[in-house]
Amino acid sequence: MLLEIRNLHVSVEGKPILRGIDLAVDAGEVHAIMGPNGSGKSTLANVLAGREGYEVTEGEVLYKGRNLLEMAPEERAREGVFLAFQYPVEIPGVSNVYLLKAAVNAVRKHRGLPELDAMDFLKLVKEKIRLVRMDEQFLYRSVNEGFSGGEKKRNEVLQMTVLEPTLAILDETDSGLDIDALRIVSEGVNSLRSPERAFLVVTHYQRLLDYIVPDKVHVLAGGRIVRSGDRTLALELEKRGYGWVLEEAGLGAGAGPAA
Amino acid sequence: MSSRSQQNIDALLKRRYEAGFVTEVEEETVPPGLNEDIIRLISAKKEEPEFLLEWRLKAYRHWLTMREPRWAHVRYEPIDYQAIRYYAAPKQKERPKSLEEVDPKLLETYEKLGIPLREQERLAGVAVDAVFDSVSVATTFKEKLAEHGVIFCSFSEAVREHPDLVEKYLGSVVPYTDNFFAALNSAVFSDGSFVYVPPGVRCPMELSTYFRINAANTGQFERTLIVADEGSYVSYLEGCTAPMRDENQLHAAVVELVALKGAEIKYSTVQNWYPGDEEGRGGIYNFVTKRGLCAEDAKISWTQVETGSAITWKYPSVILEGDNSVGEFYSVALTNNRQQADTGTKMVHIGKNTRSTIISKGISAGRGQNAYRGLVRVAKSAEGARNYTQCDSLLIGDRCGAHTFPYIEVRNRTAQVEHEATTSKISEDQLFYLMQRGLSAEDAVSMIVNGFCKEVFKELPMEFAVEAQKLLGVSLEGAVG
Ligand SMILES: Nc1ncnc2c1ncn2[C@@H]1O[C@H](COP(=O)(O)OP(=O)(O)OP(=O)(O)O)[C@@H](O)[C@H]1O
Ligand SMILES: [Mg+2]
Repeated sequence: MLLEIRNLHVSVEGKPILRGIDLAVDAGEVHAIMGPNGSGKSTLANVLAGREGYEVTEGEVLYKGRNLLEMAPEERAREGVFLAFQYPVEIPGVSNVYLLKAAVNAVRKHRGLPELDAMDFLKLVKEKIRLVRMDEQFLYRSVNEGFSGGEKKRNEVLQMTVLEPTLAILDETDSGLDIDALRIVSEGVNSLRSPERAFLVVTHYQRLLDYIVPDKVHVLAGGRIVRSGDRTLALELEKRGYGWVLEEAGLGAGAGPAA
Repeated sequence: MSSRSQQNIDALLKRRYEAGFVTEVEEETVPPGLNEDIIRLISAKKEEPEFLLEWRLKAYRHWLTMREPRWAHVRYEPIDYQAIRYYAAPKQKERPKSLEEVDPKLLETYEKLGIPLREQERLAGVAVDAVFDSVSVATTFKEKLAEHGVIFCSFSEAVREHPDLVEKYLGSVVPYTDNFFAALNSAVFSDGSFVYVPPGVRCPMELSTYFRINAANTGQFERTLIVADEGSYVSYLEGCTAPMRDENQLHAAVVELVALKGAEIKYSTVQNWYPGDEEGRGGIYNFVTKRGLCAEDAKISWTQVETGSAITWKYPSVILEGDNSVGEFYSVALTNNRQQADTGTKMVHIGKNTRSTIISKGISAGRGQNAYRGLVRVAKSAEGARNYTQCDSLLIGDRCGAHTFPYIEVRNRTAQVEHEATTSKISEDQLFYLMQRGLSAEDAVSMIVNGFCKEVFKELPMEFAVEAQKLLGVSLEGAVG
């Protein structure tokens, strides 16, 4: 198992947000996570990536058999955990290509590989940027500064394709994308799909799952996974909304955050 | 800020000062204290002509009538000017005629600091004047420069070899009456660099001076004079370091730039004097007067990266006297731990259509205090003058401070003066974003800080920009990656 989450409880500022998550993701799989606003999807993504400010009160997370929660965020990244942010931040004065190079070399150093020189690196990046069909000029602009919402999301996918993670967590990467961009981004993800790699795809829209076909779909509500199924679950949610799932789980309709 | 990122920040703030070693050389010093005899002694040691001794004495007598300025946003214990030694020099039998005669210990010192003085080991395009305490120990590439008519030597040598030039320009931009520290410097200045670029000559290499304070309880009072004759160009860089000591040491320098008609001077500083320890013990008091004078169509550009010193008090300025002249000031000032900086510039527009640009980036970390103080003065005569000022502050942690004191005096209605200021903090979101991409906290902070300083770094000569970036990283150690 690549990722194993067992009975994970997480509080933010004393308030319980995740209340017993169990989830197992095998290499080669794509899992979609859906759920109402405020149900804890980003919280889960952030905890996996190692963001501060989240208190794990119970449970454990194993990644490649190691205790993920004990690893520093940068170590997780170097070990192949990648988070495509729901809200990517701007970093003025730092060019995209500079960050990418630093990131690639941090990972390579961790793996005992020599740093890529400027030429090899540029070759790699230019290949990838064609894949997500972004203009090369974006490489030389400051990270996310002045990017449109959709451009920021595409930039996350560019970083992902360059870094080739083992576990990629996409937090609403499809939100704010136009129809063409959605397809391009999906192609970017699909091009990375491989037996060694897994994806956790947080989304509100079944549409994305037409392009990125998931092996499993989970519904997160009130801090728990209240239902899991195959891709037909997403189709059903699209048609019927969350009400029935929440009711069956004993949560009031529309219940986002833990009651 | 949550506790872990505070820890990251604290860890990063524990900077390591790599230039903090002491060189064991026998030094020749004068007794502590300041009086006319000491000044005569310094002047005699340097075999100076009469006019210079007279000038020093006038400066000293004027200094006695002055009071130490107190308006800067810095705090420190009163300085006892009678406890300072005003001259220290490594003992040498005779003035070394070539590098082979220089004490190997001194060469080693510069090597350790990353400034090899043997020409074949140097970056091909950079000539260096190395100043150790009160004297210049070596100047490289002098012959090559002489082929182009460029004079690059220590100030003392210029006094001996080119007294007419020195007499003509010394004090012409910063008179000894200018301010307390300038007056003190004029009385006791020891050594520094002298540059003269003849008309129409583009200086074929970067010139640089490397200042090193070594001896304890001495002050360093260097004096630099750069004259770019009509239509010439020169790019000059200074770097500075000092050993780690628990006592404060005074450094009161004066730099005068003269850009004659159509000339251009680019002056860059990477200042890394010992900043003191985490509790604020020791460190250099850096009280510096730097000013340039632009004739018609001339341009003077100051770029400074200030990471060292316990206290920095300096305002590299440009007097835009000639029509169409241009002044620029690009500054990065970083204060960490208990460092204090009060720095900025003065742009004085006198000629018509004069233009000035000010870009100031202040970074405060730890308990550092950082003040930008800038004056833009447009005289009545300065028809069509323009100024653009941008002044950004970045705070790291919440125990530091950033302050902005812009002064604008406009006496001509056609002038355009623009001022923009921002203050921001390194956000946890930015840090986490970079760490999620595999960067350590330290690298993340230094990447963000370097991004913040980009507009200034791009003004530095290439090799020094890289140096400055590294230095910023080291200076921020324990602050933000
Ligand atoms: N720092 C915080 N302080 C207080 N509450 C927080 C904090 N972070 C998250 N929460 C709360 O935790 C709950 C889950 O938030 P989260 O962002 O994980 O939801 P989500 O499922 O990603 O929602 P969306 O679909 O809108 O992106 C929300 O009620 C949110 O307000
Ligand atoms: Mg979310």
